[in-house]
Amino acid sequence: MNIAVCVKQTPDTETRVKLTDDQKAVNESDINFILNPYDEFAVEEALKLRETNGGEVTIISLGPDRVKSAIRSALAMGADKAIHLVADKNPSDPNAVAGALAEELKTGNYDLILLGKQAIDDDHAQLPSLLGEKLGLPAVTVVVKLDINGDQVTAEREIDGAHEIVTCNLPAVIGAQRGLNEPRYASLKGIMKAKKIPIEEKPAALAADQLEIESFNYPPEKSAGKIVGDSADAVPELLRLLHEEAKVI
Amino acid sequence: MKILIYAEHREGALRKITFENITLAKQLGVPFEVAVIGSEVGNLQEELGKYGAEKVVFYQNADLATYSPDAYAAVLAEAVKKQGADVLLMGATSTGKDLGPRAASLLNAAMATDCTKVELDGDDLKITRPMYAGKVLANIRLSSAVKVVTVRPNVYSAAEAPATAAVDTESVDAPGFKAMVKEIVSGAQGKLDVTEADIIVSGGRGMKGPENWHLIEGLAELLGAATGASRAAVDAGWRPHDEQVGQTGKTVSPSLYVAVGISGAIQHLAGMSSSKYIVAINKDPDAPIFKLADYGIVADLFDVVPRMIEELKA
Repeated sequence: MNIAVCVKQTPDTETRVKLTDDQKAVNESDINFILNPYDEFAVEEALKLRETNGGEVTIISLGPDRVKSAIRSALAMGADKAIHLVADKNPSDPNAVAGALAEELKTGNYDLILLGKQAIDDDHAQLPSLLGEKLGLPAVTVVVKLDINGDQVTAEREIDGAHEIVTCNLPAVIGAQRGLNEPRYASLKGIMKAKKIPIEEKPAALAADQLEIESFNYPPEKSAGKIVGDSADAVPELLRLLHEEAKVI
Repeated sequence: MKILIYAEHREGALRKITFENITLAKQLGVPFEVAVIGSEVGNLQEELGKYGAEKVVFYQNADLATYSPDAYAAVLAEAVKKQGADVLLMGATSTGKDLGPRAASLLNAAMATDCTKVELDGDDLKITRPMYAGKVLANIRLSSAVKVVTVRPNVYSAAEAPATAAVDTESVDAPGFKAMVKEIVSGAQGKLDVTEADIIVSGGRGMKGPENWHLIEGLAELLGAATGASRAAVDAGWRPHDEQVGQTGKTVSPSLYVAVGISGAIQHLAGMSSSKYIVAINKDPDAPIFKLADYGIVADLFDVVPRMIEELKA
């Protein structure tokens, strides 16, 4: 099975996001970048499928030079090959990213394209569906269980308050959700091996962004409210406040 | 400018976000129509009219009884063109996020996901959407001719504004069906999801184990709330990950968020800080959650929550 996994490098979840002074961009100076957590599930699923079906796992990532460390993380988990679509920065428009990834994916004759359901930085959650449409393939998003039998795909996806069982044929695009698997840790051997795998560089074929970020704000600061009490005896007063002051119950 | 609102329905019932989007369109003062896609779409126009829809178009095909993102996207993109809309408004729900990008791609449209503010600026839209799970808010513009916007549930409250909806029914081709839903599991209606809930009761590490979750569930039931969990509780295997609130879980904006035994890690706070009211119950007075809470009780949750249940039952 020839599998592509599209990955993104994102700040880790502990990051306190700081803006530049003009509030036009995120200040990246103190950020610890990691492989997007949802993409880890995609890499893990690809490796499991390779273990069962044989084949090859290719990591593809678009972005500036720093994304190579995320590519190395995915290779260290056990992927075979990697392609870096070089861009001077991450585009603000997911449609531009999808276009460039789709151009690359078209050349690879992949049976399966896996990626995280969303990246935890921009939270667009558009790429799996966009890639499906651009490649003329079925796409199943937010997948927590994946079964592949021959070219038959049965995927369980999370929807609001329930799950859906979705079927399609390969080739297909799958957006991985937490719960799909338990990503492996890279072994020392894997890390050493990953260092020797060449990362193929290509320029990203990016269209102009049609989604532009004009500025950022911090969310309105919530000030600490009142401590209603320090024992269960405060409960009646709490409920009164919720009912009469906040009017939410 | 003209808006097309995608009416999201499951098992014959319209989702609340559809009414919220009608209210938003009315607030913007932009002409709008509603599109319903399905097999037998029934008489949903009455309910849509209740919130102010004056024009509803049903796109019907027997095959559309089954949801397929590619087939629905093709019908939806055609609907946008046919109705001459330049903005497609959907919910930032599992369906909106699944279907929206495919429709956007077909329309060569840029798409903004999970928007929390949509304003009119001349002929253009000024949009605010959280990024990094809410750690920052981005002010964005879409420069494409057609724009797709998904709005976060619960941000705009649906307001009744009775109107009589004129109805058109169109029989459409349903091409595609590359991916299709075979069945919906864990109940047709399922449980109330945290992203759609008006009240959420969430438990964290302080709950000590899954065996104590009856307290969270008991309180949630009395409040008509959905149950949520912190990443610690999910990582420990106490709760399913679809309940997780935070950066690698769900971002929520309920009217009331009750954090029980949750200390307030930054990735959790990012996911719930836009709640209108936050209640924290924690025995550690230094827990970061108290910095955000409107009301707090610094005490053992195993005393406080049973008392809340008792009082609410009384």
